[in-house]
Amino acid sequence: MIEIKNVSKWYGQFQVLTDCTTEVKKGEVVVVCGPSGSGKSTLIKCVNGLEPFQQGDIVVNGTSVGDPRTNLSKLRSHVGMVFQHFELFPHMTITDNLTIAQVKVLGRSREEATDKGLKLLDRVGLKAHAHKHPGQLSGGQQQRVAIARALAMDPICMLFDEPTSALDPEMINEVLDVMVELAQEGMTMMCVTHEMGFARKVAHRVIFMDQGRIVEDAAKDDFFGKPHSERAQQFLAKILQH
Amino acid sequence: MYEFDWSSIPGALPLLGKGLLVTLEVTLTAIVVGIGWGTLLAVARLSSNRLLSFLAAGYVNLFRSVPLVMVILWFYLIVPQALKGLFGQDIGDIRLVSALVAFALFEAAYYSEIIRAGIQSVPKGQVAAGLALGLTPGQTMRLVVLPQAFRNMIPLLLTQAIILFQDTSLVYVIGLSDFFGTAYKVGDRDGRLVELLLFAGAAYFVICFTVSRLVKHLQARFIK
Repeated sequence: MIEIKNVSKWYGQFQVLTDCTTEVKKGEVVVVCGPSGSGKSTLIKCVNGLEPFQQGDIVVNGTSVGDPRTNLSKLRSHVGMVFQHFELFPHMTITDNLTIAQVKVLGRSREEATDKGLKLLDRVGLKAHAHKHPGQLSGGQQQRVAIARALAMDPICMLFDEPTSALDPEMINEVLDVMVELAQEGMTMMCVTHEMGFARKVAHRVIFMDQGRIVEDAAKDDFFGKPHSERAQQFLAKILQH
Repeated sequence: MYEFDWSSIPGALPLLGKGLLVTLEVTLTAIVVGIGWGTLLAVARLSSNRLLSFLAAGYVNLFRSVPLVMVILWFYLIVPQALKGLFGQDIGDIRLVSALVAFALFEAAYYSEIIRAGIQSVPKGQVAAGLALGLTPGQTMRLVVLPQAFRNMIPLLLTQAIILFQDTSLVYVIGLSDFFGTAYKVGDRDGRLVELLLFAGAAYFVICFTVSRLVKHLQARFIK
């Protein structure tokens, strides 16, 4: 579903990604972790072309992201993305947040879009908040709306860019619960996250990045059992201590 | 000791009212066209297209670097001559039209700078979210960025409108009878220039002060 082939990226002179190669198969849940500044967020933003890259290629469902002839808007319309800071549109109601892209991009009627949006809102347990603005919701609630907004586009896969790192600890679980459910339904997911509990529960594979490189790319049990690289061992030792 | 005589003001009120309408017409046209054209300039200036960005920057810098009075005179004296040369016929009284055009084009340069700052005040993540949903860059600008940018800019836009309202008095250089110009003419006619100018000043003060209080009020509401 997502093939990342030898991707390298520079910000000016500074190389942020070095020769990254991996793959996410249909129905697979892949967790990307690593220390901050390791390039994991940059890598996931390359997948839907939000960040350009200079070398290599990424192919999503048969479409090349790096090809200048690719209609990126069309490609993005069926790749859902959830951001660290939610990025709901603050000037719109929750309902409008859920429907705007369905109407403007997919050409659905307002009724159809609202119907779909409200169903998904119900699914993330927030139906009562449809008429509110994002500012009136807690962080965890906003992130659940953001997930519903992405799902409303009927995505073929979902990208999560540190979806819980801006949340208060007590709100993390409500978001993870939605993600776990999604994973168990067979959604193809690529998640940048430090939530190792989530990784253990639903991930098929774990990718560990450091200094712009994919250092470790292993099945979940192998990764948590005995990571090959020393760097990954150190990282795991630190975050699993508590 | 100078003795004030306000008696010529009541009779001149209808005339002054007409003048005020001209002032408002120039102000409102400049606000509407200025914000519309200014938005296009701001978007062009921020676009990744080098040529567009360069042209927009050139326009803004040109208009911001020359005195308004000169722009008004250009559009009154030079542009009509050029048009006349082009079409070969007289075009009648163009004072109002030339003032409207001059102010609109001039104000657009200032509005575009305010709007550019407004666009840049919207977090980059909002653009990313719009694009990630499949909206085109144009749709993202129109539906996601600009509505938020304008909301952030309302106080600044209104402040600029107050400045503009005062600046319209400069149309006296082309003999257009706006509020100030009318007051001056009436005062000159009746030999009561001091009274008329004091009255006009008071009127400008009341209008501008009222609007600026409104701006303060809005600011308090939007910032919280």
